[in-house]
Amino acid sequence: MSNLSLLAQAPVLNIQLLLDGLFIGAIFVLAAYGLALVWGVMNVKNLAQGDFVIMGGYIAYVLSIDLPVWIGIPEGFLWLPISEITFFQFIKPAIHPIFGLPVAIVLMFGFGWWIYRVIVSRVVDRDMFTSLLATFGLAIVLQQLLNLLFGPEVRVAESGFDTRFLFEGLVTVADIKLISFILTVILAGIVVVFMKYSRMGQAIRATAQDRRAARVMGIDTDRVYAFTFALNAAICGAAGVLISMIWVIQPYFGLAHSIRAFVIVTAAGLGNLPGVIAAGLGLGATEQFGGFVFGAEYQQALVVGMLILVLVIRQLQQRRHRQAVI
Amino acid sequence: MTAPDRKVAGYGAILLFGVVGPFLFPNYTFQLAVLWIMILFALTWDIMGGQMGYNSLGNIFFFGAGMYICAVVQIGLYYDVAEYTAHFGAVKIELTEDQYFTGLTLGLIAAAVGSTLFAVLFGWTVFGLRGPYFAIGTLGVAIAAGELVGTWDYLGGGGGITVPIYPGEPDERALLFYFLCFLFAIFTFVFLKWLYRGRFALAINAIRDDEEKAEGMGLHTLRYKTAAWAVAAFFLGLSGGLFGNMIGFIEPLEVAFPTVTFGIFMVVMALLGGKGTLWGPILGAVVFHLIKETTWTYMLGWQWVALGTLIIVNIVFFQQGILGWAQEKWPERFGLVVEEASEDGADDGARREAA
Repeated sequence: MSNLSLLAQAPVLNIQLLLDGLFIGAIFVLAAYGLALVWGVMNVKNLAQGDFVIMGGYIAYVLSIDLPVWIGIPEGFLWLPISEITFFQFIKPAIHPIFGLPVAIVLMFGFGWWIYRVIVSRVVDRDMFTSLLATFGLAIVLQQLLNLLFGPEVRVAESGFDTRFLFEGLVTVADIKLISFILTVILAGIVVVFMKYSRMGQAIRATAQDRRAARVMGIDTDRVYAFTFALNAAICGAAGVLISMIWVIQPYFGLAHSIRAFVIVTAAGLGNLPGVIAAGLGLGATEQFGGFVFGAEYQQALVVGMLILVLVIRQLQQRRHRQAVI
Repeated sequence: MTAPDRKVAGYGAILLFGVVGPFLFPNYTFQLAVLWIMILFALTWDIMGGQMGYNSLGNIFFFGAGMYICAVVQIGLYYDVAEYTAHFGAVKIELTEDQYFTGLTLGLIAAAVGSTLFAVLFGWTVFGLRGPYFAIGTLGVAIAAGELVGTWDYLGGGGGITVPIYPGEPDERALLFYFLCFLFAIFTFVFLKWLYRGRFALAINAIRDDEEKAEGMGLHTLRYKTAAWAVAAFFLGLSGGLFGNMIGFIEPLEVAFPTVTFGIFMVVMALLGGKGTLWGPILGAVVFHLIKETTWTYMLGWQWVALGTLIIVNIVFFQQGILGWAQEKWPERFGLVVEEASEDGADDGARREAA
């Protein structure tokens, strides 16, 4: 709490926190927009959202390190015993993690499509708890697989860019944060334009409005669903790449990102893009200020506290519409 | 054998196994104790999820709350809790047998009562939420509790608390806790069997089928919902206090509020066996526990992946559960042989028609 008076004494610190909050909040908006898309179009609440984000982050991380890769070639091919396999090692050179963006988008798009075909297509018509629980199971599988692959350490994809100093060195802005912010805006712009003007975007919106009517008009709604889910995974993957560069990733951080996306979408409501942007940036700033005032160990609790707060406020708003027995 | 005979024989076999089990398989006493806890978990989840249609993902909150309340009472009766937790287990608590058992009894009572109070308190917050919002809201409560306790120094923070040590032989201790787990599970079962017979069950089933109509018929739905949650919380608090003592060490994220392990297991067990029935959750708990222990033994490292896959497969392909599947396959069996199951079967069928 003593930090609160510090904020009052040094107003420039507010600017630092606000900037950091906006940079990170912009990425939250991306993931939340993906969730709102899937939620609105196919009425599936994806609890694996955050794990998609973390997967994207690990794609960038893998690109950014020198990764030794072993390839085993059996001598004289298949009919020899296994002990005679010779292993060649070569080192995958480190590539700047920003190139992870297109890679993650493509890979996660494919992954999302596959997940839709295998799991989500089977729960899409059932009650909402089914999809919630199925994606929760998926989230557990993904976080454990990531843990097995990469270990529980906290990782950063090093971008190696400079840091700028503003206000006589009191406020620091890493260049990568600025770049990621610009990339976020560009990505969001592309998605919005895509949804508005492309054939597939129009088909997605038509399906969201009325699935039956869309089908009557000749839209392959199953394909639309698959595309929507894959698009969501791709958006999450892109968000993950940015998060891995300006923040940290860890196999178990996925659930917190899922909850963030839920907080934002629940606070803003479905189909309300300005609301999602405002709520996302607001959540980012709230987390930065909260982390500074209460201490970093409260950050997770703060996110979940926001969720409960938003749900309670929503509930009080709804109370007028419902004649419940109090 | 006539139906009542068979029933008596069935109950007798289960009770006999419960009593003799730890002596037959002395190496598995702990696993068997956990099995009874799992059965209790599945039964209590089903009060809300199966019978009332409110799918909670955060029931584990009451388990953790009970665990901490019990530990604080046990320590606080004879020591200063803040001073004890400040040393992170470096100070050992020496208790006489009398002191230990008084502490344990009072602690368990406090755990059950405290958890029930929490349920009433939070009922006000979460019961306005419907469907998926309820699931996510309760999940939020459980996660928030774990995180907050982790920063609360009085309760030992993330480092946890060591509960008072049992003043006796280790074998004796294992048996004592086994039989307490067994007793609590049986207690839960008997209480729920009694509860599902009466008006209360009809009321919560009405809430599941159509809450607006139930309200229209004059049911005080909020009161019923809170009562159902309080019943679940009572038994979960009790089991939490016991489990903390059985493990011997309490820690917020992995032991007390394990949202992604026990918290989701209870849902999966109830669904695996068949939700909305009395025996389904029990069956599911037994099958799930067997699978869990097998994967732990033979797929070490991959056990979580295997369990997550099991969850997905269960939800996606087999949501009606073992008992639900059996009821569909042999409806006449559930109509003829066992009386309780026929009630469950009829009401289950009605629900499926409604849906």
